Amino acid sequence: MNAIIISAVWGIVMMFSGLLTSNKSTVRYVAIGGIILLFIANLMDLGMGHPFFSIDTRRMLYFDTFPLVFNAIAYGCTLLYFLLSGRDIEQVGVNVAEYFALIFFVLCGVAIASSFNTLLMLFLGIEIISIPLYILTGSNKKNLKSTEASLKYFLMGSFSTGIMLLGITFLYGASSKGTFFIDEISLLGGPASPLFMAGLLLLLISMAFKVSAAPFHFWTPDVYDGAPTVFTSFMATIVKAAVFIAFIRLFFDSFGEIQARWQIFISIIIAATLFIGNLTAVFQQSVKRMLAYSSIAQAGFMLFAILTLNQIGRDGLLLYTAAYSVATIGIFAILVRMKDHSFEGFNGLAKHHPVLAATNTVFLLSLAGIPLTGGFFAKFYMLAAVVKTGQSLWLVIFAVLCAAVSIYYYFRVIQAMYFKDGEPQQIDSPVAFRVLLVIAALIILILGMFPQWLINTLEIPYI
Amino acid sequence: MIPVLLIVIPLVCGLAGFFIKSSRSARDWSLIASIMTMVVSLAGLVIHPNAASLVFDAEWLPALGSSFSVGLDGLGQILTLLTAVSFPLIFTATYRTEYKNANNFYALMLLSQAGLMGVFVANDALLFYFFWELALIPVYFLCSNWGGEKRVQATFKFFIYTFVGSLLMLVGIIYLSQHTADHGFSLKSFTDLNQRIPAQDQTWLFWLFFIAFAIKMPLFPFHTWQPDTYEQSPSATTMVLSGIMVKMGLFGILRWLAPVLSTGTWIWGDTASALCIIGMIYASLMAIKQDDLKRLVAYSSIAHIGLMCLAIFATTQAGMQGVMIQMFNHGINIIGLWIVVDLIERQFHTRKISELGGLAQKAPALAIGLVLVALANLALPLTNAFVGEFLMFSGVYGSAATKYNVVFTVTAGLSIILSAVYTLNMIQKVFYGKTNALTAKGRDIFFHEKMILALVVLVILVMGVYPKPVMDLTRGTVDLILTKMNFKL
Repeated sequence: MNAIIISAVWGIVMMFSGLLTSNKSTVRYVAIGGIILLFIANLMDLGMGHPFFSIDTRRMLYFDTFPLVFNAIAYGCTLLYFLLSGRDIEQVGVNVAEYFALIFFVLCGVAIASSFNTLLMLFLGIEIISIPLYILTGSNKKNLKSTEASLKYFLMGSFSTGIMLLGITFLYGASSKGTFFIDEISLLGGPASPLFMAGLLLLLISMAFKVSAAPFHFWTPDVYDGAPTVFTSFMATIVKAAVFIAFIRLFFDSFGEIQARWQIFISIIIAATLFIGNLTAVFQQSVKRMLAYSSIAQAGFMLFAILTLNQIGRDGLLLYTAAYSVATIGIFAILVRMKDHSFEGFNGLAKHHPVLAATNTVFLLSLAGIPLTGGFFAKFYMLAAVVKTGQSLWLVIFAVLCAAVSIYYYFRVIQAMYFKDGEPQQIDSPVAFRVLLVIAALIILILGMFPQWLINTLEIPYI
Repeated sequence: MIPVLLIVIPLVCGLAGFFIKSSRSARDWSLIASIMTMVVSLAGLVIHPNAASLVFDAEWLPALGSSFSVGLDGLGQILTLLTAVSFPLIFTATYRTEYKNANNFYALMLLSQAGLMGVFVANDALLFYFFWELALIPVYFLCSNWGGEKRVQATFKFFIYTFVGSLLMLVGIIYLSQHTADHGFSLKSFTDLNQRIPAQDQTWLFWLFFIAFAIKMPLFPFHTWQPDTYEQSPSATTMVLSGIMVKMGLFGILRWLAPVLSTGTWIWGDTASALCIIGMIYASLMAIKQDDLKRLVAYSSIAHIGLMCLAIFATTQAGMQGVMIQMFNHGINIIGLWIVVDLIERQFHTRKISELGGLAQKAPALAIGLVLVALANLALPLTNAFVGEFLMFSGVYGSAATKYNVVFTVTAGLSIILSAVYTLNMIQKVFYGKTNALTAKGRDIFFHEKMILALVVLVILVMGVYPKPVMDLTRGTVDLILTKMNFKL
């Protein structure tokens, strides 16, 4: 509860801070202060059972360790994101305070989406996440691509929202006593009516759209490419992770018992997502677009958690979101400060900016899933989750072959940085920026050696 | 404690090496570090085989059933010894090579040594996988940064190949760990798996592991990365790759495949052996046609590794002993060959056999060194390889695991004849005959280079005359592997 209220309030504070001061740095410091407050408040809720606000939500929201740990990850990543890319947010346009305000509203949506207990709250959470994002995507008004991406995102996003609402309606109609509560929807193994299955599939499709799983991924490359790069970073990491958490909570609680009925659909979605994401990423000429496709490919791996719905998968998803978000935020933070977003732009980076190149290598290795990085254990948990079920082994083999393909495009960046010569370029990298990148790389390495430090937090009992 | 030191010394020294500015001190630093590792490794040999200092256990990932568990048995001893001895040899032999950013080069070399050591001492499947991949990353950077003209593409091919193999193995490891009694990754629970996994599952699980190991060795038809990579890598890295890294594949079969999925190994034994034989003949024929010294040695290595793999699948006491001895000997011999090739290349800036000739007149010491190493490569009696190859051949011939033991022995024997063809041909064309414009200006090698070659030759002769210590060292492991392998469902 702390997180939802404080993030909403801080969003309003940010809006007014724009009125009170025209100094961009002040606004940024207020935002960083807010996110630290949010992070601590969430941790207090988690560790000490000290919600500042006790509001009777009539079971519409459900607080437990899992959503709160995820919130901590999301806010921790946002803090990292603000520290690394805060100055770049200032560069996007004039209304800096509004960008920060919108990000705080998204964070409010993240908290709702991770702790919903009824389909209505799910809808509300997803919408509170989406609408500010439409604006952020189009925030660079002078750039035609940004405006186009925003409109495209808005149209496609509203369409999928419609599908989600229709699905919710069907489910409401199909349950005998008419309920939105996700734990009551579950049929406990009983026969599912066609109406119920239709509702389930519509929900599956709309969630797949939001996490950009194939074949509902078409908006992703254009939107990620068109949006200002700093906001792409936010969308591709924290937002995507939050939708995944909503996804797994929904399916865990509502549809777990009838897993066998929808598993085949999600298997097909996973196979398509891995195939299209990885194969298309190979052919990209721009690193930014490559990262968009790579985020699709990574989503394919995260979907394994939803396919299996077991403990390993659920724990692994948290690890995955953490490892993936930190690595991607790091790569984007470097990318934002480069003028040339093509692969050639990275040529010879190691010679002129060794720290940037070294940390970027760690991030890329993590995305590729090489041991000693968090990305390895993230993928390991996902694979272990499927192998534990004893089914869909073909999908596991297919997934690792796709992971091998991903080496190609991640290593292209490494090759450009280390083994090709390029013009020295001006990249604004103050000491603080480099120190933060090193910290992010260390987080990745620690997750890669001792993943249980994160996983064990799930065992903290929630009072 | 010894296995931990074997990993930690090169790891820490390697990481520290990145921060040494002067290239001379980086070179000396890495040489000292590698000698320290060698001393530790030799100390491990002297200690009683059951001493507690040869194993180390620490908690790592209790939730997953994996622990940081390392230990040295006979097999681990022989391969860590090879790794520990090779690196000082390599560093001294290439002492005069100047590298750009030498500190990074030497640091990465030491890191790859740490990874290799980890592979050979790991007693936990997940830890094994960790090191298996970690040994690869420094080598990737070494080859791509300091190699020849087409280095980036060649290394990338190598990396993708091995990574595909590793990922398949990872799936296999996860699958097996879910079926162990304690849902863990320890070597002990893995070797008890054979009874728990039905034969029909073992038939496909075998390939998940075997492909990974076959790519690393490499076996036909997974070998296409190897000649390109050897050719394009800097000499020091080629020595690591061919002397030690290929042993990872053989080691993998001996530790994580044959004793674990023994029924699967038995079912596919003939198929694997046939691949080995095809590879041996094919690689030998290819070696005859090569004009580039590095490619010639590369193909010759495929043929030798093929024989070792064949001997593993023969499942006999003699064959397995031969493999153990030959893994060490092959490492020493091929590093010796590379040293010679490197000395030639540094002096004449070419590796083409057709452009060289008459070197023996100008560089007699080099010629003597090469001839002795080459004879060892041919497995002539009195050289180390003779012992190993003789044991392996008698093992294959006496194998009860296959109906085709005679066919295998005879066709594998052909490759020995072919290896005489290409090796002697190479000696003749490079060292004898008339000198040409290029080689007329040649000089003999320096004193420290002579010493290195003499050392290699000494090891070759000592191991050829008195192989008993190695046999004694590995007997226990051989018996253990054979007991596990002979238990079929």
